[in-house]
Amino acid sequence: MEIPSNLRYTKEHEWVRVEEDGTVTVGITDYAQEQLGDIVYVELPEVGDDPVSKDEPFAVVESVKAVSDVYAPVTGKVKEVNDELPNSPEAMNQEPYGDGWLVIMELEHSSELEDLLSPEDYQTLLNEVA
Amino acid sequence: MVKKTPLHACHLEAGARMVEFAGWDMPVQYSGVVDEHRAVREDVGIFDVSHMGEIELSGLGAEAVCRRLFANDAANLVPGRAQYSLIPNEEGGVVDDIIVYRLAEDRFLVCVNASNADKDFEWICDRSAGECSVVDRSDQFALIAVQGPKAARLVGQLVPEAAEMKRFSCAEVDIVGHAGMIARTGYTGEDGFELFVPSAAAAHVWNRLLKDGESLGVRPIGLGARDTLRLEAALPLYGHELNDSISPFEAGLDWVVKLNRPQMTGYEALARAKKQPSRVLMGLVVDKGIAREGCSVLASGIRIGVVTSGTHSPTLGRPVAIALVDREADTHDLAVDVRGKPRPAQMTNLPFYVRAGD
Repeated sequence: MEIPSNLRYTKEHEWVRVEEDGTVTVGITDYAQEQLGDIVYVELPEVGDDPVSKDEPFAVVESVKAVSDVYAPVTGKVKEVNDELPNSPEAMNQEPYGDGWLVIMELEHSSELEDLLSPEDYQTLLNEVA
Repeated sequence: MVKKTPLHACHLEAGARMVEFAGWDMPVQYSGVVDEHRAVREDVGIFDVSHMGEIELSGLGAEAVCRRLFANDAANLVPGRAQYSLIPNEEGGVVDDIIVYRLAEDRFLVCVNASNADKDFEWICDRSAGECSVVDRSDQFALIAVQGPKAARLVGQLVPEAAEMKRFSCAEVDIVGHAGMIARTGYTGEDGFELFVPSAAAAHVWNRLLKDGESLGVRPIGLGARDTLRLEAALPLYGHELNDSISPFEAGLDWVVKLNRPQMTGYEALARAKKQPSRVLMGLVVDKGIAREGCSVLASGIRIGVVTSGTHSPTLGRPVAIALVDREADTHDLAVDVRGKPRPAQMTNLPFYVRAGD
């Protein structure tokens, strides 16, 4: 199970990468994609000025077997969504930390980053659920 | 206590993801649903369906019991043939859908759904006392389905008689040294066989199929792909397209019900239902999102029915659904309510998939 060391994580199996310009890129983890199985549909939020709140469901990922909400890992505006993803949702299975990214958000409270899990803590969480 | 099939250890060894289904710990996928689905459409796959039940009716009165309790007419079956049938209830609904194999003049093997096996056995026992012997043989058999365009080549290596068998024929044969039964039946929309083998021999047969089929690209297939395969072929699944309050005529199974004998359970209710089925099954291709069981079907915003099964069709690359809708309903401007959002849908003929040559 791949858990890149340069990312932060949530208990709901999302990853967050802080970019140089201060924005954050969000996706689902390798563990999440494996649990879901073949991902065939994704519903992304709209880009806009209304901020989404931390823990609010803001995207939907659907596999052959199950549907799953994706929760905003932090509070902030959605600046960009991965437009390629609805046409190639399998990218989330193949490259969950690469082409399978979901959205880029503008962070409202940088303190929220501290609530996220470190790679080590996320590994511990996986050890508990697996 | 969750039950395990005789092949349980083989699934764990192969790294299958297991789920509970109808009281059994079953493999839902090995490599992935879409991948396994394609393997069956293009090459050949093997399925452990040992959770299904087998009930044997034997004796001089067996045919009369089958004719009374099952909707298709067992009198049309000669030994060595099988037929799809239904167990109707008094109200014209369905207790279970089944395959009846006639092994001899006075011996029938009935293959039933895992979730209904105990109910079916009781149902048949209660209605056949003294007329014939009824034995639940579910624990004695493992059932392995071999399905796909290369199934005949694979099974032919283990059972030479197989290649000559017609669709819906069955035979008691030697399967690599074990006394078993094989039938040219299946639940995928492909050519294929079902192998009834003694439980103790299951792993031996399973491993032989994997080994001998290696050059054909054989793969073990989980319940996930079994569902997408049957759904594309629009084969009904009990509890979805069929239940105790859906009539066979609503489920599009007119061809199964032979109303040639008034002694059949539910005869009057079925005869009435045949004249005016109030609902009909409809195939839908949905624009976005997967319409799952229970989603409402809307026409011009009005609810006309409900999705009975839905999935992503690996063959079409689109979300598809089967829905039970009011027969008289207007079908303009169709949509499916997927988690609160109406998603446009197009009506389409069932099945979604027909194999080349059928």
